[in-house]
Amino acid sequence: MVPSFVRAQGAWRECVLALCLAAPAAAAENTAAIQFNRDIRPLLSDNCFHCHGPDSSHRQADLRLDVRDEAVASGAIVPGKAAESSLVERIYSTDPDLVMPPPESHKKLDAKQQALLARWIAEGAVYQKHWAYEPPVKATVPAGTKAIDHLVGARLATLGLKPSAEADRRTLIRRLAFDLTGLPPTPEDVEAFVNDPSPDAYEKLVDQLLASPHYGERMAIGWLDVVRFADTIGYHSDNPRNIWPYRDYVIRAFNDNKPFDRFTIEQLAGDLVPDANQETRIASAFNRLLLTTEEGGAQPKDYEARMLTDRVRAVGAVWLGQTIGCAGCHDHKFDPITMRDFYALGAFFADVEERAIGKREDGMVVAPPEELKRLADLDAVLAAAKQKLGAVVPQLDAAQKQWEHDITAYDVTLPELRPDTKATDAEKKTATQVAATLKKEFATRNGNEREAIQKYFRTVVSPQLFRGEQDAFAKAEKDRNDFYGSLTKCLVTVKKPAPSVVRILPRGNWMDESGEVIKPAFPGYLPAAAIAGREPNRLDLAQWIVSRDHPLTARVVMNRLWKQFFGTGLSRVLDDLGAQGEPPVHPDLLDWLACEFMDSKWDMKHMVRTIVTSATYKQSSVAPAAAIAADPANRELARQSAWRVDAELVRDAALATSGLLVRTIGGPSVKPYQPDGYWENLNFPARTYPADTAEKQYRRGLYTWWQRSFLHPSMLAFDAPSREECCAERTRSNIPQQALALLNDPSYVETSRVFAARIIKEGGSTAEERIAWAWRQVLQRLPRVEELETVMPLYRQHLPAYQADRAAAESLVKVGFAPAAAGVDAAELAAWTHVARVLLNLHETITRN
Amino acid sequence: MTAEQLRHAIARRAFLGKTAQGVGAVALASLACPQPASAAPLRGVLAPPPLPQRAKRVIWLTMAGGPSHLETFDHKPKLAELDGQPMPESMTKGQQLAQLQGQKLVCFGPQHAFKPMGPNGTHLCELFPQIGSVLGDICLIRSMTTDAINHDPAHMFMNTGSQIAGRPSMGSWVTYGLGSESADLPGFVVLTSLGKGGQNQPIAARQWSSGFLPSRYQGVQLRGKGDPVLYLGNPAGMTRDRQGLDIAAINALNAQHDALTGDPEIATRIAQYEMAFAMQASVPGLMDMAAESPQTLDLYGCRPGDGSFASNCLLARRLAERGVRFIQLYHKDWDHHGGVKEGITYKAQEIDRACMALITDLKNRGMLDNTLIVWAGEFGRTPMSQGGSGRDHHNKAMSVWLAGGGIKGGLVYGSTDDLGYAAVEKVCTVHDLHATMLNQLGIRHDAFTVKFQGLDAKLTGVEGANVLTDILA
Repeated sequence: MVPSFVRAQGAWRECVLALCLAAPAAAAENTAAIQFNRDIRPLLSDNCFHCHGPDSSHRQADLRLDVRDEAVASGAIVPGKAAESSLVERIYSTDPDLVMPPPESHKKLDAKQQALLARWIAEGAVYQKHWAYEPPVKATVPAGTKAIDHLVGARLATLGLKPSAEADRRTLIRRLAFDLTGLPPTPEDVEAFVNDPSPDAYEKLVDQLLASPHYGERMAIGWLDVVRFADTIGYHSDNPRNIWPYRDYVIRAFNDNKPFDRFTIEQLAGDLVPDANQETRIASAFNRLLLTTEEGGAQPKDYEARMLTDRVRAVGAVWLGQTIGCAGCHDHKFDPITMRDFYALGAFFADVEERAIGKREDGMVVAPPEELKRLADLDAVLAAAKQKLGAVVPQLDAAQKQWEHDITAYDVTLPELRPDTKATDAEKKTATQVAATLKKEFATRNGNEREAIQKYFRTVVSPQLFRGEQDAFAKAEKDRNDFYGSLTKCLVTVKKPAPSVVRILPRGNWMDESGEVIKPAFPGYLPAAAIAGREPNRLDLAQWIVSRDHPLTARVVMNRLWKQFFGTGLSRVLDDLGAQGEPPVHPDLLDWLACEFMDSKWDMKHMVRTIVTSATYKQSSVAPAAAIAADPANRELARQSAWRVDAELVRDAALATSGLLVRTIGGPSVKPYQPDGYWENLNFPARTYPADTAEKQYRRGLYTWWQRSFLHPSMLAFDAPSREECCAERTRSNIPQQALALLNDPSYVETSRVFAARIIKEGGSTAEERIAWAWRQVLQRLPRVEELETVMPLYRQHLPAYQADRAAAESLVKVGFAPAAAGVDAAELAAWTHVARVLLNLHETITRN
Repeated sequence: MTAEQLRHAIARRAFLGKTAQGVGAVALASLACPQPASAAPLRGVLAPPPLPQRAKRVIWLTMAGGPSHLETFDHKPKLAELDGQPMPESMTKGQQLAQLQGQKLVCFGPQHAFKPMGPNGTHLCELFPQIGSVLGDICLIRSMTTDAINHDPAHMFMNTGSQIAGRPSMGSWVTYGLGSESADLPGFVVLTSLGKGGQNQPIAARQWSSGFLPSRYQGVQLRGKGDPVLYLGNPAGMTRDRQGLDIAAINALNAQHDALTGDPEIATRIAQYEMAFAMQASVPGLMDMAAESPQTLDLYGCRPGDGSFASNCLLARRLAERGVRFIQLYHKDWDHHGGVKEGITYKAQEIDRACMALITDLKNRGMLDNTLIVWAGEFGRTPMSQGGSGRDHHNKAMSVWLAGGGIKGGLVYGSTDDLGYAAVEKVCTVHDLHATMLNQLGIRHDAFTVKFQGLDAKLTGVEGANVLTDILA
């Protein structure tokens, strides 16, 4: 019930009057044209929609503010007449029983926000459809200008901000190398680029990096986060599953520049596409990346419900940028997503074969055609052997029956159990069990007992009877199983003959089966797909997601991509482009990127190239204090940003610098050194962690074994997500565990001492030369005087100390599996290990700027 | 810097090297031992806390695996009478069960006798006389319930108020809100111990994850074996002095870089290296119990470093003394699907004295008043038999207890039905427990929010929660 404004008393009316009569001289922010999506919706959403928004079941006073007609009909908003609008009355009320938002919500509108709402109503209360649900519009850009620079520049001009100068070439190549390949450039790369006089030197460098096989690795990291790729199942025992070929598929897709629409379709429906093949089926492992459990006592229906919601959340996070998961228990509070939408999306996945509880199957064999043929041949041989054996089984069984009868009838003691036997203990044990079982009636023997007797009869009593057939079968079985065991497998999507029944679960309660049965359907608030006369399937869903008129997908993907190159999305909240997200600072830029992405036929490399060749991208990240004060979070892009690189890249940079990095692309996940006992809280089964040796020890960070419940501690320290949930945006923390890992993790001690050996061997003869050389390897620049003055004494203090304590030197330079450097004095090496270690620990080393 | 400039620099360096220690060396000498004072305790976002703060810290004793309330703290003579008889179907029909789903349900009487203990003659299982001796300081809640019924989601729910991964655990929430009082230890510390019996359910690191809160609020596990904190120990051959020199150099170089770039992250990184160096000294000091008196060790009944629950309780007190905000102990092996009789006997031997000792020790030191101790599993167990000797997971009834931190001692709150199947009187939820704990820490649970995925996310969830005001002193 909305109280009549007539009753309203107090200060609010004067405020509103003052506001409506505000002189033109008012502050600029009070006179700028109000945009509903930018200025008003965020206020209404955060403060009002929870009770007066899309969720009908929770709606208070039957008042709905997210739909203009309803807000007006209720009298909450009287367009043009702020003073008559109960909304204004209530937000200005000083009565705790009347004021909105109510005190118990702990929400509060400040004076500026109150005034803005009142002014918006006074100016006619113009609504806009939520920006992200409108089709993106591609801004026209003057010929010969780059769209990004044009759009960013136009806004900077209105704000009176000036773009920063282009960064120097060393910074540019370092930035590009980290952003495009995740690996620092070599000093030679830097030198070549710095000295390249050609006008397109930068563009050539970009092309070269885009063509690097490491580009796919770099791009994969963010994708693997958002799809929650991991080597283990997640819940409880957190056991391994076969999934790594999917990771390699992602790397390949980026390297091959697979159009993003096709990339999407293959992952959601690689089993359903007309040209389905091994590659598209591996892609469909996407549908299997969710958390599963093997816990005893887990209820199938409970986990079926968890899996459905997990998959719907994933679609929301990966492509739609919508917090759809909220609608699993009730209609969405802020966005027009209904519970029906939620379950209808879930129903698209009802045909995916997935055990609710228990160990995952091996999955599809991933192998080249010749190996698949060999497997088929071995299967055929096995089938034939089995058939031949089958033909003689009745005779074997008859013989066994006769033997059993004789043994029992004549009370024969088995040879192994006679006093004069020479049988081994194991043989005696087997025979004892067989003798015991023989005393049981056939019908009362269990499966294992029957099998044991059969085995005993066939191998011990009458080993020669149909020996050929038995051996042939055993061999065929072993050959087949050995070969099969050696092959790579991957969980993939297999379509069930009959999809599971999906019901709306009231309040998300899986035990409540009273809800309506729901068929696959597209969310009602988004453009529908043109499918008539049949039920849409997963392939339709995938095609709908990447259809040209879908307003969300391209924006979501471009917003995430922007973050990779600028540190923050154009809309800061990467996983929510809904009402509670952030309206983009540069809506026209995000729209331009989204349109260009689609117009280019979803060409990812084209978009990356477009972004990194912009002047906006090439700016320096160092700016005068005044410029930083004007825009502390750098949302306006008058400069570049600096940030500590992702966990994987911290590792990669150290390995690359030391020379230890093994640059193989793809393959099974690897196990870098990890503290003993780190997995002590895992069980079923208890697990040890044998660190990989040889080449597998020195692989890039993205190949690290991803144990969801206990992610490698160095990865975790640098904010790699556990990937239990989709993660569109990693946090970027700065914590003591990072210092401890970089200082003391054997991986980093080893890279330091191996790098130290290079410093001694390749860095020249004097300490100064060596330091300069090391600086160039790590930072691609020469040390400054003060840096030399800091490092030289360090070296000079460590060297005599180790000369006096050779045992300590010997142990330090042996950390890790890498062979000890030959022909280098241990004390010398230890001292340089310290210098190398200091360099590898620097903030600048692990920072892209 | 050009090569020419470098040559110049090298020449200058050589000169300095011959004539004096050089500024670098002087700077280095002064930096060689980063000052502990320079490391500041973690600040919280709620400063000061909005409500009166009755508890400054929490020690949460998590009995992992799901302790049977029927063999610990919930006295059910009627269940003993019905031992072996069918469970009344009216009670269990259509309800969520774990491994017993779809099986014949038979009452299984308590496997140990109960005795009156404490000032009010409260009946506890006779295996817990030590806890019984401090019942005057304990509020026993017999009417706790939870949503989840499998270990992993149930722990998540108990720790984060949600069954979906990715939410902060309570220790992270509390440190985020209140910060820490320790400058050289993490604000949220986790210890685990394993008992006899072998029902060693896994515990994922997500249970002490900071979820969507910044990583510096995540729980740091103190380990019994190896480095107590991961990567705490120096590499082979490296002394503390040598480590200190390197850290001094790293910080000096970072400071120089800061002067050129003005990146605020650099100052933070310098502080983190100082903190890391401080922790390398403080954690071994924390773990070294040589200064503990024989009387104290006898009180807890442990030998230092034996990795037992009792030893962890003593460590918890030491952490509390050092200003750590949230200390969570996991003691595993409470998952008694079979052999609950023997299983509980083991558990009682492992925890009974230790719990009493922790309460007594804190009380003697005047710290119980402002330390909130919580004893809880992730769910309770069925009054029905599983396999003739055990009990299945159960979420409709469990017993938990609280002590200190402004909680009323000597109180029994709530009750279950005659068979211990479901909480019936003063039914509490996990969210109520969280709300009450936050309240004692001075935090309004319904106002303590962080924006996540569009919602004002709260530890106490969206369904609402009540502070259990009846149990507050």
